[in-house]
Amino acid sequence: MKAKVHVMLKNGVLDPQGEAVRHALGTLGFDGVEGVRQGKVIELDLADGTTEATVAEMCEKLLANTVIESYSIEMV
Amino acid sequence: MKAAVLTFPGSNCDRDLAEGFRQAGASVEMVWHKETALPSGLDIIGIPGGFSFGDYLRCGAIAARSPICNAVVEFANKGGHVLGICNGFQVLCETGLLPGVLMRNAALKFVCRQQKLTVATSLSPYTSKYRKGSEIVIPIAHHDGNYSASGDVVTQLESEDRIAFRYAGNPNGSVADIAGVLSENRRVLGMMPHPERAVSKAHGNTGGAAMFTSLLEQMQTA
Repeated sequence: MKAKVHVMLKNGVLDPQGEAVRHALGTLGFDGVEGVRQGKVIELDLADGTTEATVAEMCEKLLANTVIESYSIEMV
Repeated sequence: MKAAVLTFPGSNCDRDLAEGFRQAGASVEMVWHKETALPSGLDIIGIPGGFSFGDYLRCGAIAARSPICNAVVEFANKGGHVLGICNGFQVLCETGLLPGVLMRNAALKFVCRQQKLTVATSLSPYTSKYRKGSEIVIPIAHHDGNYSASGDVVTQLESEDRIAFRYAGNPNGSVADIAGVLSENRRVLGMMPHPERAVSKAHGNTGGAAMFTSLLEQMQTA
C-alpha cells in the first residue's frame, strides 16, 4: 500500500519561491496567475496494515514542520 | 570549559567552531551524529554550520532526528548550554529547543558577506562581554536564514529579552531583524551569523571572539 503526503506552507506564510514562479509565468506571457504556492508531495511505500494515524504521526514528527507547514494524507 | 562539537554528514564549520572554543581555552571533543551519548562532564555543545544531510526535506530536519540529537535535547532540558550556529540554529529550531523556523532568504539568494549586527542583550552567557546596543561585524553565509515566527512568539521573545542579536540592515527577510535567539533559560543560543569565523587576526575580524570569552568566563564562575 502507498500513502501520498502533501505538505504545503500554511496560509499567511510568505512563499518567496512560489512568488518567483508566479513572476516567471508572467514573463512567459501567462497573464492572470494571481498566486502560486509551492509545496511537496512525499510518496510512502508502506507495509500492509499501516494506518493513516501512523502516517499522521510521521508527518508530525518529521515530514512537516507544523510551525509553518500543513499536511494532508491520501491513502492509495 | 569542556565543549563537544557535533559533526553530521555535510557539516563544514565543525572544525572552525572547535577552534573557536579552543582559542578561548576550552578542551573540545568532536562527536559523530551516530553516537547516542555525549562525553561526560560537558559544559557546552556546539552545533556547527554547514549543510547537514544536504538540507534534504528541510534544512536541519534530518540532523534534528539523528541519534545524537536526543542526547542534545536531554542535555539542554537538564540546563546544559547549547550553541547552534547557522545550520546549527536550523537544527535547534527543528528540535523544538528554540521557537520559530528558518526559511529561504526572502530574495531567494545565497548571502555571503560581512554583516553588521546589533547586540540586543548582554544578559546571556554568550553575550556578557558585549555591550548592549553595540554594533559588531560577523560573517554570514546562508540560503535559509529568514527567521520566521508568529507575532505572539516574537512579542514573547522581545518581552523576555531573548533576542541576542539583530541585523543592522536585514539581509534575508528575518522577522524583526532577528539574527539570534535565546531559550527561556538563556542557555541555548541559535544564530545565523558565524562568530567562529571572526576570532583571530588571520580572519581579518575578531568581532566574534567575545562570545567565546564570555562563555569561558561564565563556565569558570559557574
